[in-house]
Amino acid sequence: MTALAQSRPAVVFRTDRPFWRRNISLTIVLYVVLALGSLVFVYPFLWMLATSLRSLAGVGSSGASVLPREFLWDNYSRAITSFPFWRYALNSVLTTLIPIVGTVLSCSLAGFAFARLRVRFSGVVFAVVLATMLLPGEVTMVPQFMLFNNLGMIDTLYPLILPAFFGSPFYIFLFRQFFARMPAELADAAVVDGCGWFKTFWLVYLPLARPAVVAVSILLFMGYWNNFLGPAIYINSDQWKTLPLALAGFQSVNGTDTPLLMATSVLITLPCVVLFFAAQKHITNGITFTGGR
Amino acid sequence: MNPTIGWIRNLAASWGVPDVLVPLVPFLLLLIALYAVIGLAAYGAKRKWPRADKTIAFWLFVSPWLIGFAIFTVGPMASSIYVSLTSWDLITPPKFVGLANYSEAFQDPRVAQALKVTLLYGLISVPLQTALAFLVAMLLNAELPGMRFFRTVWYLPSLVSGVAQMVLFLWVFNPRYGLANDVLGKFGITGPGWFNDASWALPTVILMSLWTVGGAMVIYLAGLKDVPSNLYEAAALDGAGPLRLFWHVTLPQMSPIILFNALTGIIGALQIFTQGFIANGGPKDSLLFFVYYLYDNAFQNFRMGYASALAWVLFAVILALTAVTARGSSFAVYYETELSGRRKRRRTR
Repeated sequence: MTALAQSRPAVVFRTDRPFWRRNISLTIVLYVVLALGSLVFVYPFLWMLATSLRSLAGVGSSGASVLPREFLWDNYSRAITSFPFWRYALNSVLTTLIPIVGTVLSCSLAGFAFARLRVRFSGVVFAVVLATMLLPGEVTMVPQFMLFNNLGMIDTLYPLILPAFFGSPFYIFLFRQFFARMPAELADAAVVDGCGWFKTFWLVYLPLARPAVVAVSILLFMGYWNNFLGPAIYINSDQWKTLPLALAGFQSVNGTDTPLLMATSVLITLPCVVLFFAAQKHITNGITFTGGR
Repeated sequence: MNPTIGWIRNLAASWGVPDVLVPLVPFLLLLIALYAVIGLAAYGAKRKWPRADKTIAFWLFVSPWLIGFAIFTVGPMASSIYVSLTSWDLITPPKFVGLANYSEAFQDPRVAQALKVTLLYGLISVPLQTALAFLVAMLLNAELPGMRFFRTVWYLPSLVSGVAQMVLFLWVFNPRYGLANDVLGKFGITGPGWFNDASWALPTVILMSLWTVGGAMVIYLAGLKDVPSNLYEAAALDGAGPLRLFWHVTLPQMSPIILFNALTGIIGALQIFTQGFIANGGPKDSLLFFVYYLYDNAFQNFRMGYASALAWVLFAVILALTAVTARGSSFAVYYETELSGRRKRRRTR
């Protein structure tokens, strides 16, 4: 009897502790594997930074080393001045921030409707939304180009901005999941108090969905900021190029000036890195609910 | 450009609308007209059926998506079917050619090459990425000090994406000065030509794609945190070791997330474009990814009809692969979907 009582806690103790906590040599192996893997993963990143600060001669002689032996900050000022960097940056900002606003508005509205306004056919419409998630955008690439051609919007930023205001199935789905998890009584109470459906959405649900809005905005930022196919299709003239498109052109013209290319790449990546460190917590939150919790 | 739209644009320009906004005017007018009609209809419906406010609100709220779906998906897809049956260079009017574009596509050796390269990329890189991301997530799931740091390090590379990533890796895999061959040289190995070698270019792109598994890893990590711990406890009480815990608890619990990621991964992999574009299709068409070939036909050679036919070929391939993956894995995921389906239903309704 006493033996049983003693053995019980021991079993529970063992089971809620994973094996790496019980085994010190396994823990060491784990750390070694993680450290080596991390080194492999982060090395090209460090190498990019190191190369961006070297001279052309230094790049040829330093091989795999990431030790910064020279600090040519001049590469960065050249990256900004040798092509209209700020113009491209402005285009990139416009084609990133405006679509984020558009997508968040249209998708949260539709997501709210699918979560809280269950009416006839709403299930059918939602099924169509989900089905379009599997549709590759490339199928409509050519005819969409013709559409924008008819509208006279080729070589403007509009084809990269306007479609965002009409929702995207993946984010509609995310918002729907988020709103569906919020208590339905909120809507009932608001409607009883004389709020219309739009006011209920705008004043009650959307402010409460702030974590979802932030997480979706971050995901969208990474996508729009790095978008390349869209600009490659629609933009021809220099004044409307976005940063990725400009970098691609830069690569084919100045392919040999490696430090300059690396400095430019670092500058393009910088906003994403800054955003990542500023919003790390929100990204984790976002992933928790995108992962289909 | 459509003549009516040109007329509206000229009118707008003569009224002093700034040049930048002129292309927007016809589109906005169209949208305003559309919403005027929708608004009137909603108002009428509200007066006639005052109790149907929920239905009216629903259709109003989803109207942006519905309109976008019609304008940017259904309309283009329908016209794409027609265009694929024509020969059209955007300047002269389209000429109907029947199925000629499709029969050309089936005989075009570059289409075969593009399909081969793209499928190889998708079928090799997606399983590798999935396995690596899952493995790393398992390791990082250990609750030990310093895991936050490792998580950040593994996620960081996925922030370098698209063009910047390709520019970086063209340099990393530079045969003479690059990082890869210098490291290999230290071990006495003469590295290959990577992107410059037709037989190495595709493996190089696959290798490069593994660098950004961080995105998938964090999703798996979130999923692993959600596996109920009582399942582990129960299994351990029944005498299951670490391997059996993994095989009988972790893997089944994670299978829906793995399937979802594998599916979106395959669809994404078949749409690979940037790498092919920057490498100009690679030596001997070794990086002639399908979307790049499509782009080349449509927007470099202006063969709109042929490009539309190619788009439908791609669509068929993606659909088939998605169906095969979903069907093929259904036996492995079935158990779990039953369980989590019940759980989800309870939670969401």
